[in-house]
Amino acid sequence: MNLTTALARLLIFPGLLFAVPFAWFFLWVERKAVALMQGRIGPPFMQPFFDFIKLLGKTTPPRNGIGGLLMKAWPLIAVSAAAGAVGLLPVLPTSGGFEGDLILLLALLELPSMCIIAAGFSSRSIFGEIGSAREAVLSVSYNVVFLLAIVSIAASQHTFRLEALAQLPATPLRWLGILAILVCLPAKLHINPFSLPNAEQEIYSGPMTEYAGPELAMWELSHGLEWVAATGLIATLAAPHLTIWWLAALVFVAISFGVVLLLSVLAAATARLAIDTTVRFYWQCTLIFAVLAVSSALFMRFRS
Amino acid sequence: MNLWNRLMCYSRRRSPWLFHMNSGSCNGCDIELIASLTPRYDAEQLGVRLEGSPRHADILCITGPVTHNAVKAIQTVYGQVCGPKAVVAIGSCPATTNVFIDSRTLDGPLNRHIPVDVFVPGCPPRPDAIILGIAKAAEILSERASKKLPLDPPAEPVCMCGHSSDCTTECAAKTEDREVLL
Repeated sequence: MNLTTALARLLIFPGLLFAVPFAWFFLWVERKAVALMQGRIGPPFMQPFFDFIKLLGKTTPPRNGIGGLLMKAWPLIAVSAAAGAVGLLPVLPTSGGFEGDLILLLALLELPSMCIIAAGFSSRSIFGEIGSAREAVLSVSYNVVFLLAIVSIAASQHTFRLEALAQLPATPLRWLGILAILVCLPAKLHINPFSLPNAEQEIYSGPMTEYAGPELAMWELSHGLEWVAATGLIATLAAPHLTIWWLAALVFVAISFGVVLLLSVLAAATARLAIDTTVRFYWQCTLIFAVLAVSSALFMRFRS
Repeated sequence: MNLWNRLMCYSRRRSPWLFHMNSGSCNGCDIELIASLTPRYDAEQLGVRLEGSPRHADILCITGPVTHNAVKAIQTVYGQVCGPKAVVAIGSCPATTNVFIDSRTLDGPLNRHIPVDVFVPGCPPRPDAIILGIAKAAEILSERASKKLPLDPPAEPVCMCGHSSDCTTECAAKTEDREVLL
């Protein structure tokens, strides 16, 4: 590991320089896919970029004291955590760079959702607080399955290091884990049928209700980066190990795009579930499979 | 004008986010506003997005003849929209109070309380006319950015009938004016 490759990974590929345009691209794909499913034409290609620039040029309401400072800080923390998570993905075969493990990636992926919860409560808006409470409940539900899936993958392949995981061939158990992660992604990305925290028509904009201008732009960006990081995690785990760097990058982008398309179609085809149905879905239906995956992974580990 | 300002103007024109507010409307105009977002008219092609919070919005769309109860709410919500902002009055009601004129429950028309940029007359106006009004408001927003005008809307409103700007009340009162509009 040397400093140049680590910086290149964090800033160029798959870090900021790659991740920010792709965040906008994935946001556009999501909106366009929903529009096409509804028989509309949908927004133009550059729409998320225009939205971002426009939001940067808007004013924000004056906020004083420590509460105002915190409200400014949350979106920045969320963006940097999501960008860090993308930069950590071992896309290129022999990239060297910073060798983070799966646990750090999970922590960085979880941080934006924590920020959303904190942001809703610090905005002091009643809708923000309801949204944050929903986000907290949702996070407790899907994270159990999500973490168990990750643990089962790591246990079955005897390593928590991302680099090593990306190089090992995929086993049937890993595919089961990937499937479990895929089930958790709609909740992690707040899209239908689990778009509870930012449920429009119900609680205005949830935790984002009080945010405006550049702060809202940062939230939009962090949401896009979450898309890149979450689909990138799937792509890293699912992609075969390739030694040619451009082919590896291409496969990474292609798989991420496929996952985004799949999730967008799911979002367009479903309606929002109630919070109790969502909790029941994760705790009753999917938890059984996650526990099965983990126990079989541990069993295999002790046998070998 | 430097590159950043030009990009900003262009982005403002291409990304109008709406907040819809009802000030005692009969729901006719509200339905038409929603219709302009449906597959048939698809205003999202212009980057239009209906937002849940006035903090996110650029354009405030107000329907209804402004009842006494609604005045305070309108002023609050107008204050909550962050600048630069524009106001679109949808339907004949906010322009002239329409058939409810002289009612003791009303405090209209709308431009007595907040500055209005675009009037879209009609009872109700067609979704095409509403989209045209929103596009016009987005252009006003972009001009406001390019000329570095103050962030608040001007007192002089624009009427979507295509006549001079002082014909607002006269034009908006005629509900059969839809052909003139399009």
